[in-house]
Amino acid sequence: MMIRTRKPSDVPSSEITPEDVYVNRRRFIRNAAVGAAALAIAPRALRGINDGPAQQVPARFANMKSELGEELNPYRDITTYNNFYEFGTQKEDPSRNAGDFQPAPWSIRVEGLVNNPGDYNLEDFIGPSNVEDRVYRMRCVEAWSVVVPWRGFPLADVVKRADPMGDAKYVEFKTVVRPSEMPGQRTRVLDWPYVEGLRLDEAMNPLTLMTTGVYGMDLPNQNGAPLRLIMPWKYGFKGIKSIVSMNFVEEMPRNTWWVQNRREYGFFANVNPQVDHPRWTQKRERRLGELRRRETLMFNGYTDEVQSMYEGMDLTRWI
Amino acid sequence: MNEKRAILGLKVVLWICALTPAAWLGAAFFFDAYAANPVAKVSLGANPIEKLTHVTGMTTLVLLLITLSVTPVRRLTGWNRVIKLRRPLGLFAFFYAFLHFSIWSGLDQTFVWAWMIEDVIERPYITVGFAGFIILIPLAITSTTGWIRRLGTRWAVLHHGVYLTATLGVIHFYWLVKADVRLPLFLGTCLALLLGWRVVFSIRKRRRVSPRKDTAPATP
Repeated sequence: MMIRTRKPSDVPSSEITPEDVYVNRRRFIRNAAVGAAALAIAPRALRGINDGPAQQVPARFANMKSELGEELNPYRDITTYNNFYEFGTQKEDPSRNAGDFQPAPWSIRVEGLVNNPGDYNLEDFIGPSNVEDRVYRMRCVEAWSVVVPWRGFPLADVVKRADPMGDAKYVEFKTVVRPSEMPGQRTRVLDWPYVEGLRLDEAMNPLTLMTTGVYGMDLPNQNGAPLRLIMPWKYGFKGIKSIVSMNFVEEMPRNTWWVQNRREYGFFANVNPQVDHPRWTQKRERRLGELRRRETLMFNGYTDEVQSMYEGMDLTRWI
Repeated sequence: MNEKRAILGLKVVLWICALTPAAWLGAAFFFDAYAANPVAKVSLGANPIEKLTHVTGMTTLVLLLITLSVTPVRRLTGWNRVIKLRRPLGLFAFFYAFLHFSIWSGLDQTFVWAWMIEDVIERPYITVGFAGFIILIPLAITSTTGWIRRLGTRWAVLHHGVYLTATLGVIHFYWLVKADVRLPLFLGTCLALLLGWRVVFSIRKRRRVSPRKDTAPATP
């Protein structure tokens, strides 16, 4: 028997159904029926359904859902539509231009204010940890979102093994620099290498995933092979890809998009529908595969897991 | 006679080229929707509404710039008949602007007026894009021979609005990209050249119309 327990990230039903919809539910049902009929005829193409040869994904993902009951986005959405400026600035560029990238062999440097610095090859870096599948929502700062079954292990494992010293407050991550394999790095659209950072408590948060795969398989090059970060309550650009170094530091790292435009992109980049991007709204998002935009949730729906880290902080200032 | 033929040929080329983006989108839509897509490259991709928006917007800008290059080409080559291409080019630009606007309001915003009004008022890049489109509407309506005759000299004044639309269109594009401003800057440079040429041309023309006797160039 399956016993459903309420997880902290579960949204109570009262929050899911807007009050006006609830009050006018008969009309809503009628409208929904009309809408469904229209949708049945409306071409599937607008929802981004691509037939044709798709990557075979392991069977266990067939009926997998997010903790909010959302369907997973197809492997094809996740691997053909994303930002990875090292391979170009258009959404399709990473999948087109990442073919020459060599994710193996790979090594990661752990350095800075830690008692156990060192260079690790990928296998030893992952080695002691339990790699697991985790379904997370991902919300891009550009107001689109996907639901992805990532594969990885808690970043907290790595932090514990590195054993930070008392004055280590932040972790700074860097992406590999290989202009010969990463055509986007041949122009200075951004200040290479890509840099991201987390406060130590964010790095230790159980949600923070050192990610090695998607849909049970190794990360494809375009998604940040062989190692990337996923913090599902933050905008996607915090999820630095193809990581080669972790530096434990005292000062807040200067992350790439903050350097690019600090008025628009902060260090924290927590998903927050109440604070608009200076040029567009963050109240709503397009979930790939859906026609109508949906409301964006505070902390992307992970409030219970992360809110305590930001107690007392003015989140309109610390974007 | 030969010249007329040349213009006709150019018009055929123009129609084919101008309809290509729409045809491509239609084909991609068809493949995605009804066929097990055999042509992976001809697809609207994972975010079809965004793809439709981007392709129609980009086509609008390119067509506006080509429209604005007709007159310079005419003056520089002395080939007056090329002016015949200006109206269809402008109308195609309007056609794509209309598609772009319709896709935004209908598919992207799903006709939720509150969202759209908020965007038009609060998002400068949408404000300027919207303004550029609104300006284009009377120009499209008054593009007929009847209206040209009716408006007389005022027609030319009214249709200077296209300079404003093109400028707003480029700003619209520049303001919506995140970091990679190369393409908007390129289009902006093209626009600056086309408008700059007009300024220089009109200054020279004014000098030619009212030459002072002592500085008038000797005409051979």
